[in-house]
Formats: sequence, structure tokens, C-alpha cells
Amino acid sequence: MKDFRYLPGVSTLVLDTEACTGCGLCTIVCPHGVLAMAEKRVEIVDYDGCMECGACAQNCPTGAVGVTPGVGCAAAIINSWIKGGKPACC
Amino acid sequence: MEQDEKKEPAGCCGEKLSPSAAPCACKPPVPLEPFPMVRDDKVCCGPPTGPRSSSRERPGYRMWHFVEDFIDTPAGPVPLAKTVLNARDWLGKIRVRWGIRRDQYKVAPGLYGVGRPDASSPVLVTANYKLSFDALRSGAGVADAWILVVDTRGINVWCAAGKGTFSTEEVVRQVKSSQLDRVVDHRRLILPQLSATGVASRMVKKGCGFKVTWGPVRAADLGRFLDAGMRADEPMRRVTFTLAERITLVPVELSFLPRYLLWSLAAAFLLSGFGAGVFSFQAAWFRGALMVAALAGGVFAGAVAAPILLPWIPVRSFSVKGAIVGVAAGLAIVAGFREHVNTWEAAALLICTAVISSYLTMNFTGSTPYTSPSGVEKEMRRAIPFQAGAALVVPVLWVAAAFV
Ligand code: SF4
Ligand code: SF4
Repeated sequence: MKDFRYLPGVSTLVLDTEACTGCGLCTIVCPHGVLAMAEKRVEIVDYDGCMECGACAQNCPTGAVGVTPGVGCAAAIINSWIKGGKPACC
Repeated sequence: MEQDEKKEPAGCCGEKLSPSAAPCACKPPVPLEPFPMVRDDKVCCGPPTGPRSSSRERPGYRMWHFVEDFIDTPAGPVPLAKTVLNARDWLGKIRVRWGIRRDQYKVAPGLYGVGRPDASSPVLVTANYKLSFDALRSGAGVADAWILVVDTRGINVWCAAGKGTFSTEEVVRQVKSSQLDRVVDHRRLILPQLSATGVASRMVKKGCGFKVTWGPVRAADLGRFLDAGMRADEPMRRVTFTLAERITLVPVELSFLPRYLLWSLAAAFLLSGFGAGVFSFQAAWFRGALMVAALAGGVFAGAVAAPILLPWIPVRSFSVKGAIVGVAAGLAIVAGFREHVNTWEAAALLICTAVISSYLTMNFTGSTPYTSPSGVEKEMRRAIPFQAGAALVVPVLWVAAAFV
């Protein structure tokens, strides 16, 4: 997916290294290789590759990694602008 | 017999006739032949009869064509699915790829098998979208396995996980209702990696005692995954967006075209008729056709060309990618009609093609596996004012062009 890059510097991904136990689950479920194990803890190695799918946060046992998941769908976002509220998948 | 004759005579269609009416002429009193009773398998006419109904058939249910047999388990009979797709599966696949009744393409949730699974066979979990199920039974390359189909309301794995229908609760519920603990002696489920967006592995363990192993992204890698001792290599864990995958999305994109494009078609013909002081049907027809060509060019650029060319268009923003392809398509259209349009009209056609393409390509972010919602929102905040402005310029230029 390295030939597919979207807008940089926008992801809501956050990592609290202190809380990470190094279980490695997030590195398994991430479909873009955004997170990788370094020593005993995980680190963000490709921040701009993150598509905010939320798989890492859903599976992290300690809440060390967080993201505001959603769907990158224009129609849903327009709807949320018009009607208010969070964008839902179309 | 005597009683019958005393009855009131009835008409051909059973309505009562007055006693004076003549006996019905269209139903001559032909004596009935005794019906020959069939005592062997031969029938009186037509080809020989088929076999007796399978003992697995149940009143009120219909057997799916992909079920080849059943296997008895402590939790009751479990259908075994064929591992080869037949013509019906392929036709269905083509149909839903065009977006036709896609939300109706489901299989019943529950437990299935492929091959000859036993108590130690792996349990593969998937969505009840039939394409997901078909990919698993036919393309996984797994000899003997159980397939646990979760009720995702007929939505594919990744979308369902994002929408929350492929969820921890749904997996737990299906494991319990299928009595999986009575069918297998191990306690392990293999889930598609892309369902991780909706499923928390530790909560599945807590909910039903089964441990989740994250399988590869694609069902096609499952065979190698199992052979390698449930280990996925790097490529198995990454989503891709190959040329073939992008081409597959094109028909669905076309089927999702916004309805208001139809209104713009009508508006195109109407606006085209205005000329110096009069409304001309001839102009409406001819110039309207030009505008339709521009609309069609925009749709082609934004819903077909841009998705296919995606990685090769050298900008990141989808609306700009779409505008670039749209300008190219618009130039081709203007060049094709250069003898029939003036400069104003050429500009209107070009902008029309570009703006439609830009908007449709921006919409395509919803179908890619790598665009983040935050990025899409940022892009839209920038692009929509331009798109709206350009969309307003088109009719102004188009009508003005008729007066110069
Ligand atoms: S949100 Fe998705 S893409 Fe981003 S780091 Fe987490 S798992 Fe990876
Ligand atoms: S899932 Fe959470 S605890 Fe485990 S490695 Fe990732 S961030 Fe650390």
C-alpha cells in the first residue's frame, strides 16, 4: 500500500506508550502496518498510513492506543454536516 | 346419482342458472374414464420421475444449491458446502457486482462445513454476505473445516465490522446458538483480520470461551496460513488495492450514481433551448446533446477512469485527481465538437466535465481501503466550495454562450 498515500498529518491515532504492555495485538490487527514492536513496547512507524479503522483500539487490552474510528465516505460526511451528528457508514 | 340430477343445474363456471335455462352447452356429459393407478415407477406421460425427496428436506425450508450433503454432529446435522462455485453462484456474483439487490445477497447464519470436518477441524468465521461465504468455501484452499457464518445482515466482513454488525456480541451469540462447543473439542476461532474493527478478541473469549486467532486479510491465504501453523506473514496482514480490485468496484460506483444527475440531464436540455429572445426546440435538442456528452464524460472520468488510474495520478487529494482526469476528458469532448461550439460553450463543457468528475472521485474515497475519515473531511471542506462554485458557473456560461 506504499503507492497509496492519502492526506498526511490528519489521523486521530494516539498512543500512550506508558500504558502499553507490549502484547502486540495491535500490530497483528492493523491492516496498514502503522504500529510495530520496538523493544518491549509498540511504536507508531507509519502514522500517515493510518486509515482510522479502529481495529487497534478495539483490541488493545489496556486502552494504550486510541483512534476516532469512522468511515471515509463523502456522502456520509455531507449528511452529518446537514443533519448534525456523527457520520454513519453509507 | 339420483340426487345429483335433482340438484339445480349449474352454469359452465358454476354460477346458478334459472331453472328454465337450457343445459350448459360447453360441458358435454362425457363419462369419466377410470384413472389408471400407477403401481410401478412408470408414469403415464413425460420423462421418468426424479428421485425421492432427500430425507434432509424440511417443510417450509428450501435447500440451498451449494449444500452437497449433511454431516451429523452432537449438535445436530450440519450442512456441508460445495467447494466449487457453480453457474448460479457466478451469476449472482456478477449481479451484485453491478449493485443489483446487493443487500439481499445473504446466506443463513449458522454452522456449515467444507470437506469432512471432525471435532478437531478449525473453525473459520465469516459474514453472511454470500460473496464472503463463497470466497471462503471455494477459495480458501482448506480441506476440512467448519465455517461459522455470523449474522452481519448480509454485509461483507470489513463494512460490517465498521458498521458494528460484525461485532463481539454477534460472534458470541452465533457460537452459542450453533452449540459449537458440542461440535468441536478445541476452543479456537479463526476470524478474518478485517473484522478486528468490530470484534475485540478478549471479549469473545470472555463471552463464549473461544479464543480468537486473527486469520489473514484475504480468504485465499487461509490455506497457507493454516499450513504455516496459524502464522501470517506480512503480506497476508496488509490490505491491497490492486488494479483488479479497483476495476471490480467500477460497476458498483456506476450503480450508485447520485440521482440528481438525472435532473441535471433535464436541466441541460431546458437551458440549451434559450437563445436570443426565443426558446428554440432545435437548439434545446442539439446543444442539450452536447451538454449530455459533457455529463457522460464527467461520469466516465470520475467513476471509471479516475478509480482505475488512481495510484498513477500524481496528487493525493481525490477531488484534484478527479478534476485532472475530468479536464482531460473535457478537452477530448471539446476537441471532438470544436466545429460546433464557441469559446464560451467550450469552457462550459470543460468545467462541467471536470466538476462532475471531481465530485464523483471524491465520493470514491468511501470505497477505498486506505482513506482516513479525518482526511476525507479535510479534503471536502476545501473542495466543496470550489465544486459548488464551478457547478454554478456552468449554466451561466452555457446560457450566455447562446447570446454572443
Ligand atoms: S486505526 Fe486502523 S489503520 Fe490506524 S493504526 Fe489502528 S489499526 Fe492501523
Ligand atoms: S494492543 Fe495495546 S498494549 Fe498491546 S501492544 Fe498494542 S498498544 Fe500495547
